[in-house]
Amino acid sequence: MEDNKEERSAKRKQQGRFWTWVTASVLFRLILIYFPQNLNLSSRPEVSTPLTSLRRLAEGYWLKQSSMSPYAGSMYHGSPLLLSLLGPLTVKRIDGQPSHLLCSLVFVAADILNSLLIRATGQTLQIAYRQSLKSLDLDMISETMEILPSGDIAALMYLWNPFTIAACVGLSTSPIENLAIMLALYGACKRLVPLAAFGWVMATHLSLYPMILIIPIILLLGNGPDTPRKLFLLRRHGKVEENSSSDSCQQERVFSWSPVMLLILWTIMWSAYVLLLCGVSVKQYGGLWEMFTSMYGFILTVQDLSPNIGVLWYFFAEVFDFFRNFFLIVFHMNILFMIFPLAIRLHHRPCFLAFVYITISSMLKSYPSVGDSALYFGLLGWFVYELSDMKFSFFLFCVYVGVSLLSPVMHNLWIWRGTGNANFYFATAMAYACLQIVLVVESVSAMLNHDRKLRKLSSAKLQDGKS
Amino acid sequence: MALLLLLLRPILILSLFHFAPIFHSEAALGSVAEEDFSEELLLRPLPDRKVLAHFHFQSRAPHTNSNGRHHHLFPKAISQLVQKFHVKEMELSFTQGRWNYDQWGGFDPLSSSNAKPPGVELWAVFDVPHKQVDDSWKNLTHALSGLFCASINFLESSTAYSAPEWGYRPDSGSLSGLHLTSSEFESEGVGSGIVLEQTLTVVVQPSSQRTVRIYSHETKLQPSWSLTSIFGRKVSGRCVLAKSSIVYLQLDSSLVAELDSLQKENNISSTDKYVSEDFSSNACFEVSVKPDRVLKELKGFEKKNPSVLYEFSIDKYNESGPFDLGLTWTVPVAWSCQKAPLHVSRFLMGSGNERGAIAISLRSTELTNKLLHTDSNEGRCKLEVKVFQVVPWYIKVYFHTLQVFVNEQPQAVSDVVEKMLVSPSVDKVSPGVLEMVLKFPCGMKSAAITLDFDKGFLHIDEYPPDANQGFDIPSAIISFPNFRTSMQFLKDDSSDKSSILSKFEENSAVLAYTEVLLVPLTTPDFSMPYNVITITCTVCALYFGSLLNVLRRRVGEEERLENKEKEPGWLRKLYAKLTGRPLEPVESTSTSSSLSSSKLKFIILVAGIAVFWQVYYG
Repeated sequence: MEDNKEERSAKRKQQGRFWTWVTASVLFRLILIYFPQNLNLSSRPEVSTPLTSLRRLAEGYWLKQSSMSPYAGSMYHGSPLLLSLLGPLTVKRIDGQPSHLLCSLVFVAADILNSLLIRATGQTLQIAYRQSLKSLDLDMISETMEILPSGDIAALMYLWNPFTIAACVGLSTSPIENLAIMLALYGACKRLVPLAAFGWVMATHLSLYPMILIIPIILLLGNGPDTPRKLFLLRRHGKVEENSSSDSCQQERVFSWSPVMLLILWTIMWSAYVLLLCGVSVKQYGGLWEMFTSMYGFILTVQDLSPNIGVLWYFFAEVFDFFRNFFLIVFHMNILFMIFPLAIRLHHRPCFLAFVYITISSMLKSYPSVGDSALYFGLLGWFVYELSDMKFSFFLFCVYVGVSLLSPVMHNLWIWRGTGNANFYFATAMAYACLQIVLVVESVSAMLNHDRKLRKLSSAKLQDGKS
Repeated sequence: MALLLLLLRPILILSLFHFAPIFHSEAALGSVAEEDFSEELLLRPLPDRKVLAHFHFQSRAPHTNSNGRHHHLFPKAISQLVQKFHVKEMELSFTQGRWNYDQWGGFDPLSSSNAKPPGVELWAVFDVPHKQVDDSWKNLTHALSGLFCASINFLESSTAYSAPEWGYRPDSGSLSGLHLTSSEFESEGVGSGIVLEQTLTVVVQPSSQRTVRIYSHETKLQPSWSLTSIFGRKVSGRCVLAKSSIVYLQLDSSLVAELDSLQKENNISSTDKYVSEDFSSNACFEVSVKPDRVLKELKGFEKKNPSVLYEFSIDKYNESGPFDLGLTWTVPVAWSCQKAPLHVSRFLMGSGNERGAIAISLRSTELTNKLLHTDSNEGRCKLEVKVFQVVPWYIKVYFHTLQVFVNEQPQAVSDVVEKMLVSPSVDKVSPGVLEMVLKFPCGMKSAAITLDFDKGFLHIDEYPPDANQGFDIPSAIISFPNFRTSMQFLKDDSSDKSSILSKFEENSAVLAYTEVLLVPLTTPDFSMPYNVITITCTVCALYFGSLLNVLRRRVGEEERLENKEKEPGWLRKLYAKLTGRPLEPVESTSTSSSLSSSKLKFIILVAGIAVFWQVYYG
C-alpha cells in the first residue's frame, strides 16, 4: 500500500510537472505573439509555404468577400472549409492587440490539442507495449520503460520544438493540418473509428499527403497498437505451448476486419460530407473542379517555385521543361514506392509506420514547411525507448541545429543582401533533406534492431524455459 | 551646321498610329470623296527651356468601290491590316523617355492623348465576335511586329495584355503590358473608310548658340531657336501630296498670362498684342516669320488667359525661299505649364527580393486648389480619380492589403474607394488588373495608395538574357473624369479645320501615366542546372537505396550468417518448393523467410530498375 501511494504521488508530481511545462509553452507562445510583426516569422519561407500561409488565406477570404472565387488568381490554394473557419478571424481586429491575435490563438489551441493527443496516444501505445512485453515475459524491459513516460516526452517534444513554435507563431495553417493527422492517429489508436475516419478525411482534404496514412490507420484498427513482432509471437506460442492458450493468441493475431470495414464506411461518409460542404461553399464560383485543380493540382504540379526548405522548388526552377512531367512523376512516385515495402516490414508497428510515412512525405512533399517537421519530431518522442540506441542521433541533432541556423542566414544572403547565391540556400535545403533521410533510415533500422533484440531475448528465455 | 548641337538627352519620341473608321468624323468633314493627306507641325516652347515639336500626319481613305483594294495615298499595308483583322480602332505607340508632366504640362490634349508610357503600347478594338478576339489579337500583333520590325509579337502572350472592363480608353504600359479591348460590335462593314493618324512628338533641347545671360534674379533667358537649329534644315515647300501643310506655334495659356503681366509692367496693356498681327511691338519675343493667322482659344477651362496659336501656311514657300521659323526671346520669361489636377507618382517600397509594396502617391497641384476652392462652396465636393494598374503575374499582389492614406492619415478603404474591380493574376497565364474609382475630398493635400506584393520566382527559362536588370511593372494610368481637355480655337472658316485643331477639340478626360517601375527579381543560378538535377537525383537515390537496404536486411541476418553452413542453397529450396516436399528440418523458418526474401528480391529488382531509370534520365 505504501509503495502504491508513493508511486501515485510520484505520478501526480510528474503530471503536475507536465502541466507546468504545457502552461509555460503557452505563455511562451503568447509572449512571442505579442512581439511586433510576429518577429517576421509569418513571412519566412520555412514557415509559410503557398499552402500554409495565412496571408494568402486572408487574400482568398478577401476575394471571396468581394464575391470572387477565392481561387481566382493563384494566391489561395487551401481548403474552402479552412477559409470559412479562419477567414473571418483574419479581418477581425481588436484594438491595441496584434493584428492576427485571434488566428494566433486558434493556432495555439490547435498546438495544445495536438500535444494532448500526442500524449494520450503515446500513453496508449506505452500501455499496449508494456502488456505485450509482459505477455512475452520480458518484464525487465518494461520496468526500464516505466522511467520513460513516452507520451509526456512526445507531447513536450512537440510543444517545445522550436519548429512547432515557429509554425504556430508564424501564422501558418500547419498546426491545423497536424491536428487533423493527430486526430486520425488518436482515433485509430483508441479504436474510435468515426474519429479516425474524420481525421484522415480532413488531413487528406487539407494537405493531400496524409492520404498514405490510411495504411497505418487500417493496421492500427485491425491489429491494435504497436507490439513487438506478431509473427514471432505466434511462432513462439504455436511452437511452445500447443495447448488451449494458443487459441487466444491466435485470435489476437488475426486481423480484425470489422473495424476496417467500419472505417471505410465512415470514410465514405465523411468524405461525402466534406465534399458537400466544399461544394456548397464554392458552388457559386468555379465549383469543385476548380477547387481540386487549385488545391491538389497545385500540390502535384509544383507550380510555385518560391524557395522553401524542400528541394523540389529549385529542382523545378532549373529542370528543362521537357523533363518536367517526368520528374514530377518520379518525385511523387518516390513517396509511393516506399509505402508498400515499409508497410510489409513494419506492419506490426503501425504508429511507427505512420511516423515514417509522415517523415517521408514531409521530406518529399512539394511545399514542405517546418510545421511538418514539427509533427514528426513530436511523434519521434513516442519511440524514445525503442529508438534509444539509434545511431548518429547526436550527429543528427547537431546538424539539425546547424541547418536551422544556417538556412535563414543563407536565405538572407541570397534574397535580402544579394551577396549570396541561390545555390547556398539550396545547399542547406539539400543538407536538410539528407538529414531527414538519415533520420528515416536510422530510425527504421533502429526499430528493426530493437525488434531483433527483443526476439533474441525472448528466444533466449525460451531456450531457458525449455532447458 | 548647328544641327549637331542638338541635344538628345531629355527627349521624348513618340510615334503614334491611330486609325478609326471614317464614319464618325465624316459628318464634321463633309463628304470625303477622295483620299487625302495633310501634314501639320505644332511647335511649343516649354518652361524648362525645351521645345516641343508635334508632327501630325493624317491620311484618310474613304471607302470606294472604284479602285478596289488600291489606294493613291493611303498606305496599303495598314488598310490590309484593317480589313484582314477587322480592326475597328487601333493605336500603337513607341515611346522613348518619359513625359515630364510637371514641366511640360498635364492638362492639354497633347499630354493626355499623346504622352505615352515608355516602350510600346498597343490597343485595339475589334469588330469580331467575342470569342475570336484573342485570335485576332494574336494575329494582329504578329502582323504589326513584321510591319514595324519590332518585337510586338511578344504581346500575343496572355501574360502581356488585358482587357479593361470599364469605360477606360483602353490603355497600357510598357512592352509587357499592352491591352486588348474586346468589345463586341455588330459588323459595320469593313469597307468603310479609314483614318490614319501618324504623329511624332519630340521634346528637344534647343542648342542655345547665344550665351546664356544670367540675370540678377537668376532668371535665365529662354533659349531662342529656329527650325534650322532644332531639326537642322529648313522647310523647303510643302509636300506635293499633302492637302495642307501647316506649321503652328503655340503659346501656352500660362505663358500668355505671364507675357501679359510683363506687358502690364511695361505699361503696354491689352492682351490683344499677341493676337494682333503686329509683332514689332511685342517686347518679349520675336518670331522670325509673320504668321498667316493668329488663333485664340475660345474659352479656357477656368483660365483667364486663352492660349494662342500662330498659324503659318507652308504653301507659299519653296526651294528658293524656304521656311524657317525662329523664336527669339528678348526678355526672360518664366512660366509653368498647366498641370494635371493631381501630381501622380508611383514608387516601390521595401527592400530585398522577397516582397515589397507598390505605392501610388497623388499630390495636389496649385490647379486643384484653384479649381476646387471654387467648387467647395457646394458642400461635399469630391475629386474623382480613376486608377488603372496592370501588374505582371510574377508580382503577386495581395489586394486585401490595399491601404489608402489621405493627408498622411490612414483611411478606411471603403470611404475613398468608390468602385473597384480586381482580376487577380494567374501564374504564367494572365496579369493582375486593378481598376479603381477613388473619390477624394477636395481640400486634400496628398493621398497615397499602397499594395503589398510578393515577388515570384520564375523558371530558369523565363528570365530574359539580362535577368539581373529587373522586370518592369507597366505604368499605371490615372485619369480624372471630371476634368476635360478640350481646346476650342476661334476660327473664321470652320470648313477646312485642320486635323490638329479638330484633335484638340476632342473632349477627353485628363489622363496621366505614372512611371514604369523596375522590380529586381531574385535569380536562380543560371549556370548549373545539371548540377542541381544530378545532385537532387542523387539525394533521392540515396534515400531510396538506403531505406530499401535497411528494410531488406533480414531479422536474423547474424543468425543466418552463423548457420550459413546449415542453410540450404536457394537451388535446393527452389527444388523443395517445386516438389512440394518439405526441406529437412535444418531450420523450420527457412522456407517462409526464403519466400519473403524472394518477394523482397523482386521489390529490389523493381526498385533497381527505377533507380537506373532515374539515373539514366538525370
